[in-house]
Amino acid sequence: MSKLLVIGFSFGYLALLFGVAYAAERRSAARKSLVSNPYVYALSMAVYCTAWTYYGSVGRAAHYGLEFVGIYLGPTLLAPAWWLVLRKIIRVCRQQRLTSIADFISARYGKSASLGALVTVVCVLGIVPYIALQIKAIAASFVTMTGSSAGVGGPAATTALYTTGALAVFTILFGVRSVEATERHEGIVLAVAVESVLKLVAFLVLGVFVTFGLFHGFADVFDQAAAVPALRQLFTLRGSGTSSAGWFTLLALSMSAVLLLPRQFQVAVVENVDENHLRKAMWLFPLYLIVINLFVLPVAFGGMLKLGGRGLDADTFVLALPLAAGHFWLALLTYLGGLSAASSMIIVETIALSVMMSNHLLMPLLVRVPAARPEGQTRWFAYLGRVALKSRRLAVVLVLLLAYIYYAMVGKQLPLVNTGLVSFAAVAQFVPAVLGGLYWKGGTRRGATVGLLAGFGVWFFTLVLPTLVGPGRLPASILTEGVGGIAGLRPFALFGLEGLDYLSHGLFWSWFFNIGIYVGLSVAVPPTALELRQADVFVDVFTRRSLAEEVAGWQGRTPFPDVRALLLGFLGKKRTNQALRTFATRFPDAVPSENPTSDPDSVPHSSAHPFTPADPRLLTYAEKLLAGSLGPASARMLVASVAGAEQISYDSVVGILRESQQLLEANRQLQKQSRQLQRLTDELRAAYDQLQALDQRKDEFLYTVTHELRTPLTSIRALAEILADNPELEEEERQRFQLTIGREAERLTRLISLVLDLEKFESGQATLDRNRVVVPELVAEALEAVGQLLRDKQIALHVDVPADLPVLSADRDRLMQVLVNLLSNAVKACQPHGLGRISVLAWPVADVLLLCVEDNGRGISPAAQHLIFDKFYQAHNQNIRKPEGSGLGLAITKKIVELHHGRIWVESALDQGARFFIELPLPVSAVPTAVYSPSLSA
Amino acid sequence: MKTPHILIVDDEPNIVMSLEFLMRKNGYQVGIARNGTEALAAIAQTPFDLVLLDVMMPDVDGYRVCQQLRQRPDRAGTKVIFLSAKSREADVRKGYEAGADLYIPKPFSTRQLMEKVRELLTM
Repeated sequence: MSKLLVIGFSFGYLALLFGVAYAAERRSAARKSLVSNPYVYALSMAVYCTAWTYYGSVGRAAHYGLEFVGIYLGPTLLAPAWWLVLRKIIRVCRQQRLTSIADFISARYGKSASLGALVTVVCVLGIVPYIALQIKAIAASFVTMTGSSAGVGGPAATTALYTTGALAVFTILFGVRSVEATERHEGIVLAVAVESVLKLVAFLVLGVFVTFGLFHGFADVFDQAAAVPALRQLFTLRGSGTSSAGWFTLLALSMSAVLLLPRQFQVAVVENVDENHLRKAMWLFPLYLIVINLFVLPVAFGGMLKLGGRGLDADTFVLALPLAAGHFWLALLTYLGGLSAASSMIIVETIALSVMMSNHLLMPLLVRVPAARPEGQTRWFAYLGRVALKSRRLAVVLVLLLAYIYYAMVGKQLPLVNTGLVSFAAVAQFVPAVLGGLYWKGGTRRGATVGLLAGFGVWFFTLVLPTLVGPGRLPASILTEGVGGIAGLRPFALFGLEGLDYLSHGLFWSWFFNIGIYVGLSVAVPPTALELRQADVFVDVFTRRSLAEEVAGWQGRTPFPDVRALLLGFLGKKRTNQALRTFATRFPDAVPSENPTSDPDSVPHSSAHPFTPADPRLLTYAEKLLAGSLGPASARMLVASVAGAEQISYDSVVGILRESQQLLEANRQLQKQSRQLQRLTDELRAAYDQLQALDQRKDEFLYTVTHELRTPLTSIRALAEILADNPELEEEERQRFQLTIGREAERLTRLISLVLDLEKFESGQATLDRNRVVVPELVAEALEAVGQLLRDKQIALHVDVPADLPVLSADRDRLMQVLVNLLSNAVKACQPHGLGRISVLAWPVADVLLLCVEDNGRGISPAAQHLIFDKFYQAHNQNIRKPEGSGLGLAITKKIVELHHGRIWVESALDQGARFFIELPLPVSAVPTAVYSPSLSA
Repeated sequence: MKTPHILIVDDEPNIVMSLEFLMRKNGYQVGIARNGTEALAAIAQTPFDLVLLDVMMPDVDGYRVCQQLRQRPDRAGTKVIFLSAKSREADVRKGYEAGADLYIPKPFSTRQLMEKVRELLTM
């Protein structure tokens, strides 16, 4: 295939990217951003999918089956947690104006310059090979496309070199334009998003071509693959040979990487426009990962089936398949997709690394140098600002150069995936410091630094050292016998730990030392005041505006113009004035102004007296502004150079932290008290309601009782008056009236004793006079008492009370009262004229005796069934009168039964009769023996 | 003037007994009903001059009996006296709302009752 054509398309494509980026910047300048939406945000996150995904996944799948899914599964599983973790990182970074993972870690642990430098070094060492990998992918794909040789001097390497150069220019033009790193790079973001679309589309088109063009659909690919034993093995997780430890390692590594890789940090945190974009990205990004992986297995199997015998590297199947089928244009599209994947990674990663290198390696050294003369300050600062920008551009070139050299020297012998995973493992060393920094206030600078150093050391020893073994380099004996012949120092079996794959092994030991030292040292050595303050600001970023942030560290009487000079030097006139105006609106009281009515465009500070000291808050503000350009550590040093050392007294921070703690605690206490009060109020109200209800019930009861008393009284009074007014009455009639008066008086007496009885039960004063009670005798006597009533209504009676029932121990008179009451109720319920039927039954069940009084009368509605035992029942049912009786009978009956430790209940329905049951416990000795001796009952 | 016809409605036999005696003694003609249903039947049959009405009865209560009586234009001349053990203000008001001419709480004075009966019948 024509080299010129491929080269032409490559650079044409890069030119297109320039155009896209340029357009985005123009739109951004015109405030019509193309980038400020969740879709571009999610697509830019897909920079996660590099050439490694594009070419390497297929290669991986061809040999290890589903294992390639691991590094996409991790981010997918983690995505739901973004709302907690990633949003917190974004919030902190926005508040503190942090622009890289090194800024983040350095700022969290007391704005430590050394920690920032360490993180940067780890990143550069860990990531440069990864960038080299992308260059290699570009070169390799060029070789596949053109069929040329892959030598360093050959056209492939030349293309790679030129491509790298073009990318450097692109990165410098669009990625490193302003000294303010907090500024978003809309051009880059849009270019990356476009590349994400292209690589997805290209891969899908290829997948469809292989699956449906070369084969007849998914089923066909898999059927054919299943016919080959070597491929069938890959169908199952076990067959593909990845252990569960291996899977765990893949998940842990990819989860760390998607959060902490410099390029991911760049697109997800620094370039984030709106935290709410995360909501969509949380499902769009995993969706992207799933879609781009859909065709990996078919392409891998297709490659193995069609090209298996030709000794091709499986990493090249993506291109070789369409080429072999003679589809040149499709191959070209796929090639451009791969170029997209590689170039977007290189661009973003390089920007992130260059800012880190400049801010954490170079600037801390430069800002230590004081200005030669006080008058020359502004010029010196402006010079520093220019150096910062230039150094970043230089860093871009340096990073890419390093990567190219690595590719040319070492990289070509390594497969794609291994280098990527080793990079991931380097970045994973930040996990303890970052997560600990976000959620644990106790983490300290010392712990983080030494932990990271240790983790990095182990990472290098276990994961990098083995790749250096080879002829002319390190002796292979290191691997088999250990460094210096010490068996405990074998890189693949550190301290004798064997049986893990080398990645799991490396991750385990590096995290083991990293986490152990981080936690151990943090606990052992107390933090400084500055660390305490930063910890508070980071961990509590969501819960409250940290009081600790208000602790002014800058106390020196710095002349205001000095601060202004500092800002002018780095930010330029326009940006400085704008920033100072923002500050003036936020803290009006901190602004020295002699002329409050000055026109709004003028900066209030310019009118200030030259020796007006700057407010400490202005210094803090200036420090944050500078942090956006130079990183937190350099910014702090720089402000210190004009304001004198930052002095945060330990006491003031601890005091403030304690204060806020106390405030929180007091708040908690108050809430608790208010809850208690609320509960008390509720209880009081409930008690009051209950009392009121009780009061009302008492009233009702009284009313019912007086009402019941009035009826006999009426008769008595009327008859007595008739007797008095009519002396001429006949003797017979007089006697009848007198007899009635007597009977009504008795009724009155009964009623009164019932009320008194009930009162006695209610107050708990009633006692039982327990004796032996023979149930059949009791029943007979009760029936005798109501005999007249039964005869009056001609009620049919059925009695089934065995003579040999166990003897009860009970109050005979009370039980009689109960039975008579139930029987007379039954009589009242029954219809007259021989239609009524009443049954009395008794039988023992286990250790109780059951008594049942049944009638076929009008029955009781289910709703009323639990009310009838209520002494107030009749009051609820005011106008319809219970036929006779006081309405107290069942209430007293229930009390008596309960006093005997028994139960009473009713089964009934309207017009279906009623069955009243009484259950009374039998004395232990009276329990029938048959219950305990089955042989007898049988 | 023809003999006034009085209906006594009460489920307490002894009260009915004394009221019946009183009315007959005063020369009135007497009808007796022992519950609401009987009372309504009696009212439908005879245009009584006066009804002595209890409130609490096993089936249809006195208020309902009175209401139904008042709905009959052909019984417009019938007077109603409630005789009830329900003596609360609310009960009394309910009685008058149902259309009673008089509400006398139990226990009542026979002499007063007779005075009121005579008063109502001459109106």
